Amino acid sequence: MSHSSKVLVIGIGNAYRHDDAAGLVVARRLRDQALSYGEVHEQTGEGTALMDLWKGTERVVVVDAVQSGAVPGTIHCFHASETPLPAPIFRDSTHAFGLVEAVELSRALKQLPSNLLIYGIEGSNFQAGSGLSSAVLDAVDELARRLQQEIQKM
Amino acid sequence: MKTKSIKVNYLARVEGEGGLYIKIRNSSVVDVKLKIFEPPRFFEAFLCGRSFSEVPDITARICGICPIAYQMSAVHAIESAFGVKVDGQLRALRRLIYCGEWIESHTLHVYMLHAPDFLGYQDAIQMAKDYTSVVQRGLQLKKVGNEIISLLGGREIHPINVRVGGFYKVPSRSELTALAERLKWARDAALETVRWVASMPFPEFEQDYLFVALSHPEEYPFNEGRILSNRGLDIAADDYESSFTEEHVEYSNALHSILKQQAPYFVGPLARYNLNFDRLSPLTQDAARDIGLAPVCRNPFKSIIIRSLEVLYACDEALRIIAQYEPPESPVVDFHIHAASGCACTEAPRGILYHRYRIDQAGIIRDAKIVPPTSQNQKIIEQDLSHFVPKFLTLPDKELGWRCEQAVRNYDPCISCATHFLKLEIDRG
Repeated sequence: MSHSSKVLVIGIGNAYRHDDAAGLVVARRLRDQALSYGEVHEQTGEGTALMDLWKGTERVVVVDAVQSGAVPGTIHCFHASETPLPAPIFRDSTHAFGLVEAVELSRALKQLPSNLLIYGIEGSNFQAGSGLSSAVLDAVDELARRLQQEIQKM
Repeated sequence: MKTKSIKVNYLARVEGEGGLYIKIRNSSVVDVKLKIFEPPRFFEAFLCGRSFSEVPDITARICGICPIAYQMSAVHAIESAFGVKVDGQLRALRRLIYCGEWIESHTLHVYMLHAPDFLGYQDAIQMAKDYTSVVQRGLQLKKVGNEIISLLGGREIHPINVRVGGFYKVPSRSELTALAERLKWARDAALETVRWVASMPFPEFEQDYLFVALSHPEEYPFNEGRILSNRGLDIAADDYESSFTEEHVEYSNALHSILKQQAPYFVGPLARYNLNFDRLSPLTQDAARDIGLAPVCRNPFKSIIIRSLEVLYACDEALRIIAQYEPPESPVVDFHIHAASGCACTEAPRGILYHRYRIDQAGIIRDAKIVPPTSQNQKIIEQDLSHFVPKFLTLPDKELGWRCEQAVRNYDPCISCATHFLKLEIDRG
């Protein structure tokens, strides 16, 4: 598989806001497994950096923490290349121009990857501090396992 | 008496989490409160007990948009304590990395956050449908700022190459020369930005502000200078705490800053420009004259023009620094760790950022104080709204709310720095 055909995997989060780090931890798990079919990046969620990262790329997987009121550890999946993201459930990072805006601005500029999968892991604790809550840690393990398979099929 | 109460949800496009409450009775604004409800971030407390060498990297985490400002104020304050002078090319590189931060932070605000207000769009996404090439220019311009930070800071976000006494690693001439080509494009794009924003419609709104900014005799201020006001204040950073005071207000977790015996004061691009116009580069001064902007501007809505002029200046200054660059012999100057206290002020994109540290003989931080620009501007934002809202009371609530958001965004408030969504509530009784 050539470099350009690799799937771009982006984990988003803040390592110092407990469950907000879920996306980062998934990215690190996948990186540790040295994926031959994927390129892993960690991001804070700043929108323009995300746009820059996925511009010109066809297949992208993004993992972020979400807050929808579902049971902590629930894994949500959105096909962002087909439908807009449900904005209110994505945690606003400290940046007002975040993931949701990056997706929609990319769509407006016709720069959205043709296959953009966004996974949201439901968090419960977003206070300052490090370490994931147990339900979120289980979800991270499960999603990292699933992605190993799914990325190959993208 | 009209009895209506409206809540407009999150005030978008402002950094962090906060709220704005406006109370209207009998066609008068009787109260304006900028409420910041995220718990204080306790950065000052958890710096205590850490080594001085960790401070630039820890404080860079306070803000994802202006980490360089935090790093710069931190290293200058600690260097002041240790009696270290960082000069020559190392000083020039610190100006260069600050240019990168002004370019990326201001460009994000001008294009993505503030321009839609002036052009009547809900956000940059809606604006991009009609202004595709303009938005693309903004994204590319911002990227050049990020490239400077990546090269000098080691990475774009939460850079890690800045240290007390200098840098861990300095760039080669060829690395900077490669940046210069991108910066020449950026300087042209910045000039186009200035002309674009100057053509926008601006509300007639001027106030007699007390402006406070750094001022340096030979250069437009980034890292160094005395703290000046337009009403005679002229102090060193060492005298900051004896001249300014922070007040706790019940409705906000961010402390409000005021200048003792005077009034709330205004920091940021407008203050810098008004107090330092003649130290902008000739190109930037000419650009201001060409669009008809006087050397003193009291309309906060025109801050979008001044941010654009500062981006132009930062591109021009970055090119000047790169042209004269020779790699220094060492990336860091020697210093002696000893028990001492020191403070410093630098010009973050949003205004002066004050840091003070007390360090023990082992180099451990024993006390820290950080005063970010947004907390200094909070009272001025409230004052602006109390003067601005009465002019628009006949507007429907939705439109009034939008006008208020635009007015708050004049200050590009970074509420996550000050403590963290801004919710807007208009209470008509």
